[in-house]
Amino acid sequence: MKLDSRIPSGPIEQKWDNCKFEMKLVNPANKRKFTVIVVGSGLAGGAAAATMGELGYNVRCFCFQDSPRRAHSIAAQGGINAAKNYQNDGDSIYRLFYDTVKGGDFRAREANVYRLAQISVNIIDQCVAQGVPFAREYGGLLANRSFGGAQVSRTFYARGQTGQQLLLGCYQALERQVNAGRVTMFPRHEMLDLIVIDGKARGIVTRNLVTGKIDTHLADAVVLATGGYGNVFYLSTNAKGSNATAIWRAYRKGALMANPCFTQIHPTCIPVSGEYQSKLTLMSESLRNDGRIWVPKKGGDSRRPVQIPEDERDYYLERRYPSFGNLVPRDVASRAAKAVCDEGRGVGKTGLGVYLDFGDAVRRLGRHVVEERYGNLFEMYERITGEDPYSVPMRIFPAIHYTMGGLWVDYRLMSTIPGLFVLGEANFSDHGANRLGASALMQGLADGYFIIPYTIGDYLATAKLDKIDSNHHEARRAENGVNEQVKRLLSVKGKRTVDSFHRELGKLLWEDCGMARNAQGLQYAMGKIAELQQEYWQNVNVVGEGAELNQSLEKAGRVADFFELAQLMCLDGFERNESCGGHFREEYQTPEGEALRDDDQFCYAAAWEYMGPGQKPALHKEVLSFEHVHLAQRSYK
Amino acid sequence: MKLKLHVWRQKSAASAGRMVRYEVEANEHMSFLEMLDVLNESLIEKGEEPVAFDHDCREGICGACGFMINGVAHGPMPGTTVCQLHMRHFKDGDELYLEPWRAVAFPVVKDLIVDRGAFDRIIAAGGFVSASTGSAQDANAIPIPKTGADMAMDAAQCIGCGACVAACPNASAALFLSAKVSHLGLLPQGQPERKERALKMVAAANHELFGGCTNIGECEAVCPKHIRLEFIARRNRDFLKASCTFREETAAAGAG
Repeated sequence: MKLDSRIPSGPIEQKWDNCKFEMKLVNPANKRKFTVIVVGSGLAGGAAAATMGELGYNVRCFCFQDSPRRAHSIAAQGGINAAKNYQNDGDSIYRLFYDTVKGGDFRAREANVYRLAQISVNIIDQCVAQGVPFAREYGGLLANRSFGGAQVSRTFYARGQTGQQLLLGCYQALERQVNAGRVTMFPRHEMLDLIVIDGKARGIVTRNLVTGKIDTHLADAVVLATGGYGNVFYLSTNAKGSNATAIWRAYRKGALMANPCFTQIHPTCIPVSGEYQSKLTLMSESLRNDGRIWVPKKGGDSRRPVQIPEDERDYYLERRYPSFGNLVPRDVASRAAKAVCDEGRGVGKTGLGVYLDFGDAVRRLGRHVVEERYGNLFEMYERITGEDPYSVPMRIFPAIHYTMGGLWVDYRLMSTIPGLFVLGEANFSDHGANRLGASALMQGLADGYFIIPYTIGDYLATAKLDKIDSNHHEARRAENGVNEQVKRLLSVKGKRTVDSFHRELGKLLWEDCGMARNAQGLQYAMGKIAELQQEYWQNVNVVGEGAELNQSLEKAGRVADFFELAQLMCLDGFERNESCGGHFREEYQTPEGEALRDDDQFCYAAAWEYMGPGQKPALHKEVLSFEHVHLAQRSYK
Repeated sequence: MKLKLHVWRQKSAASAGRMVRYEVEANEHMSFLEMLDVLNESLIEKGEEPVAFDHDCREGICGACGFMINGVAHGPMPGTTVCQLHMRHFKDGDELYLEPWRAVAFPVVKDLIVDRGAFDRIIAAGGFVSASTGSAQDANAIPIPKTGADMAMDAAQCIGCGACVAACPNASAALFLSAKVSHLGLLPQGQPERKERALKMVAAANHELFGGCTNIGECEAVCPKHIRLEFIARRNRDFLKASCTFREETAAAGAG
């Protein structure tokens, strides 16, 4: 299989314009004759469904939640980047593009990232027009802040609830189309397979999560906007329901999966408190603007933090990275925290935590300023831990937050299966090996509002799609497969709960395919995952029936796919013999312990092709070339 | 700590429900939903069906979770969804009654899960600004005074969990509805459709059989996002003004 990224011709500034002009249009009167399925209703899926509805397509949108407004985009706190340069501080489309490619450690496609930066400005306009209440200055103009170590203030925000407000804007636009009859919404429906007919994506099989009914839905194109797969680790900052089943089913039907080992670990989360822990809570990265991170100098120091004198504290980020200090990028800060905990200097009951101390900030700025800046975050921390961060330093630890890997897509966001488009976190395209803060929301909305509505038109106008009905043998086969899997899960009737397997899988991955990996550990994990997976199919206990609301069954199907995905993540990490961004291979580091890329060997996106059950997937390489942002080692010293 | 739980168990919308008593061992660091996870794991190990409840983000923002704890929506802590409620606020030996939201417009789906689709239909009726993608002008073209923008944001924080309806003796959706009417009505972008929005959303809520508002204030007391009663006054004013002055458009857009 040859990967064709379909990057348009011309200088990078004109590629998207050229592409838009070259694409065929669908006559307005014909749009309603095309049915498009959108799976997922977050920023990418919701924006895509609403916009395609506005254009006149017949859209059917599916989500597993009880309402499209609850998609996990809602939980994003910090903000959304846009190259508006409203602050007159030297920002530009080119600078946002440059920062994103460099921040991604040179493993993203330049043309895609440039388009993302171009579209960023339109997103803010669109959201304001919808009534998104972004933060404003007293003069009534939009406020910005600097975020994630960026040297310009380009982040737009709505208190600590930016994702929520953007999603509500998008959800309201979607409901407007529902009211207009152009979008049909299917809440509490989970996609369990993709239907491919004559090599083209033509529909999906879903399970109605209330009645358990398995249905076939046919269409002229399918858009997946189902988010990331961070929950493969069990503990992550993702919502409990976030899962990889939709993209995994597409992978098994022939879509290539790219860079699955690129996962992002966020440095400032509330540490695990016990075995029952169900998820991890992120504390906004903005806390690192004023908080100082430290651990005791000597291991096993059990004194209370206030009793540890200044000269016995190790402010390790400030020590190792004097120029960026506590503001180094996420991957660097996370690894440094792991290193001090590995030395036995971690804090808290479990030893897996570091202090984030606001003592200095309170003394320097006064309590009221700290309260104004971070009040809601401090409140959230106290709610969860029962500790008052104004008087006791916060304890934080890194946690899985985002997955840069995902289904491979070309410049037009189409996967290797014609007619299957993938948007947002579910695809691999824009963040390389590490995502910068405030750019996930930007990508989701860029894909949904401004890219797919154009590119899907070209596909529909040129694809020559045959008429099909739900009795087509491929549709029947997919539906039967889903029915069989449901039956199989219910019939094992073993002794262990789904969650107990999921927890064990998560621990394995966290240990060996988490913040630091090495060849030996990855090989060990691949063996262990296979054993655990085998036990799963012999000893899992899924109670209840198929034809009813059954949350254990929902989880069981998702975990079954997580096992397979975990294997591929380890394999991808094993084959990539370099360190880059969130992928840190211990064998490949500089003498100072920094990530060491190998651009001669690994300057490519690794796209994996499913070869059948138990077979080793085939690796296809999309070589990445950097014509504008020149390959260089990131340095934050 | 040991807790005695009385949980509403109902297999489906069509079947009858009943309270079932369970005992569960919890610790103070768990969230309330983690305590239910522990209960569910033990039920599955015994081959019994776990308690079904809606939840997703577990960060208090998605609005999926929520049920009554001893008669109070989202439980005893103000401004807190049940996923953010921690067990340190309870003590050993506590006896807790867990029930789903009760309202005609929120039929029970299973156990503690109800169908809140009515909220989506109310938004679909008019809870939006008609600004199709691509038609926007520059984001800074209209300055919006910070006080108005901040107040719009206060209203926009509603997570659509339904606690206000569950707490209201009339099962009124007034707080939910007023949050959206106020959010959009406080911004210049929301003005062109302001009257129509109030009329259509109120009509939709009536159609869904939510009750009327009699200013009791239980909704504000349980709202995890501190949505204020004052927004209901705004909604009432918009509705009244619209009822007196609204005129149907004389021709469809573009056809005049």
